[in-house]
Amino acid sequence: MRLYGTFNGTLVIAGLAIIFTLIAPSIFQFFTIITLTQVIGLSILALSLALVWGFGGILCFGQSAFFGIGAYAYSVAAVNIGGSTGSIFIAILAAAIFAAILGYFVFYGKVSDVYLAVITLTVSLILYSLMRRTSGPEYKIGKALLGGFNGTGSAPLNMPGDGSAMLFPMQTFYVSMAILIIAYVFTGWLVTTKFGRVCISIRENEVRTELLGYDTRLYKLCLFSISAGIAGLGGVLFCVGVTRVTPDVFSLGQSALAIIWVIVGGRMTLIGPILATFVLYFLTSSLGSQQILNANLVLGIILVIFVLIVPNGVVPTIMNWFERRRIKRYARQKERRMKLRKHRAIG
Amino acid sequence: MARREVVVETRNLSMHFGGVRAVDNVDFELREKELRCLIGPNGAGKSTFFKCLTGQLRPTSGDVVIRDIIMTGRESHEIASLGVGIKTQVPNLFDGLTAFENLWLSSRRWHGDRRANTLVKETIDRLELGEIRGSIVGSLAHGQRQMVELGMVVAAEPWLVLLDEPAAGMTDEETFKTAELVREINKTSALIVVEHDMNFIRAISDIVTLFHQGSIFMEDNMDVISADPRAREIYLGQKT
Ligand SMILES: Nc1ncnc2c1ncn2[C@@H]1O[C@H](COP(=O)(O)OP(=O)(O)O)[C@@H](O)[C@H]1O
Ligand SMILES: [Mg+2]
Repeated sequence: MRLYGTFNGTLVIAGLAIIFTLIAPSIFQFFTIITLTQVIGLSILALSLALVWGFGGILCFGQSAFFGIGAYAYSVAAVNIGGSTGSIFIAILAAAIFAAILGYFVFYGKVSDVYLAVITLTVSLILYSLMRRTSGPEYKIGKALLGGFNGTGSAPLNMPGDGSAMLFPMQTFYVSMAILIIAYVFTGWLVTTKFGRVCISIRENEVRTELLGYDTRLYKLCLFSISAGIAGLGGVLFCVGVTRVTPDVFSLGQSALAIIWVIVGGRMTLIGPILATFVLYFLTSSLGSQQILNANLVLGIILVIFVLIVPNGVVPTIMNWFERRRIKRYARQKERRMKLRKHRAIG
Repeated sequence: MARREVVVETRNLSMHFGGVRAVDNVDFELREKELRCLIGPNGAGKSTFFKCLTGQLRPTSGDVVIRDIIMTGRESHEIASLGVGIKTQVPNLFDGLTAFENLWLSSRRWHGDRRANTLVKETIDRLELGEIRGSIVGSLAHGQRQMVELGMVVAAEPWLVLLDEPAAGMTDEETFKTAELVREINKTSALIVVEHDMNFIRAISDIVTLFHQGSIFMEDNMDVISADPRAREIYLGQKT
């Protein structure tokens, strides 16, 4: 993976995503469009993991912790302040601040990478069992009941500044896609800045980065928090799509899924994990509606196949294939030119 | 001539690993624009001393003082942030990135985007790395990797340079080039160079510090050291 990834590529993909957004309503059934909002939320979770793991080298097994915090923070805030716009920002901040506090202890305590993976996973599972215990009426934040096992309702998006003007499903889809595209472009931009490049260099060799005079703990902490904020944003769209948030957002399954999407899509890219989320989501949900094959089994097999055969993930493998073809074609052209020249020289 | 200012100083510096006194009560001084070689047989404690200077190890006792600031036990990045360029004994590169990117990361720590780019280009010309500037450094030959690492040091324009065995594993030609480069760096910076290669040391250095069993055995110019029978025994005796 080159450090100087181009931002132009990101913009081209963003352009394609805009075209997709505009034509989606004429391709898909209305029901699919409604489902898409939650898938978009999940794909933002995958994007956030691709950023922190793929680019920063921080394997966060519990990325769904931030996703879930985002979802709960949004749902609670929306009930209390009666609108979605501010609540979205509260959700992003809640996830980012939680990650900053956790990350401070982890990175400044010089916890090793393996433990970081375990700690984040544990935090996610702790939140899972904590939220399951909040079923009584005494568990409320402001006006919002947490609802324990059943979770709590998530308000739909509304027009900025007017809590009563709720968006229609089609509008919600447009807004969600816009948020996904903005998150993607932001992340794509971030990895080309000095900050992003230093994060990549930490992934490549942390000691070296330190010896160049970069405070790697601070960089990792910032990247971790930014990625958590993005995961929180994903949580918002997910719970808006589902109209409810339950403790399942913190479950082991949710964390594992995010990792599968990133592995399958290719962890060194940002678009790969997003696409993998969409494809695998619809694949498993179509499998879920028939009885012959167990959806989880199929997902497991896909993961094994990818780890063994395309360990870099789909998108990087395709990119490499094109690159090799280009080089080959170039070499062939050169050879032909040489032959031609020789031919002329003789003739 | 007034003596130049001391820029690096260690006071009673010791680093013990269990019972091993890898560095034992070392008092050391390096002055502005000085070029100092550290020599000594394998296991003499040179790299351990070096790691105490660069913050990779926290000394058991004693102090490291850089430009009158006590830096004992500080993090590596804090020491590097004083303007210190470091090359460790084990190759330390960003293996997945290109030579250009490796140099850029070093230079960008100190300079704005545009200045960093110019500096990296200049360094690439100076070290004749043009052919490999776009190559992933993980795939380069050992000598080339060493050169890239030196390039990283140069591209940051440090005022103090610490090199642990810069010429290890290089061809004669590369060693010669490195020696030249070290002398050139010395025009603007002070240096501490740990080396084994005698020819290399003769080519570059003025005063040499001989380490033996964790302590400074003697400190003099190379001619005096090679004429000293005990030093010869310590150094040359072990070398062959
Ligand atoms: N991390 C360590 N743990 C234990 N012993 C060490 C460690 N690093 C170095 N030593 C010991 O300290 C002594 C000095 O080693 P070193 O500084 O690498 O020598 P040099 O660089 O002069 O060859 C050796 O005896 C070595 O085995
Ligand atoms: Mg050594």
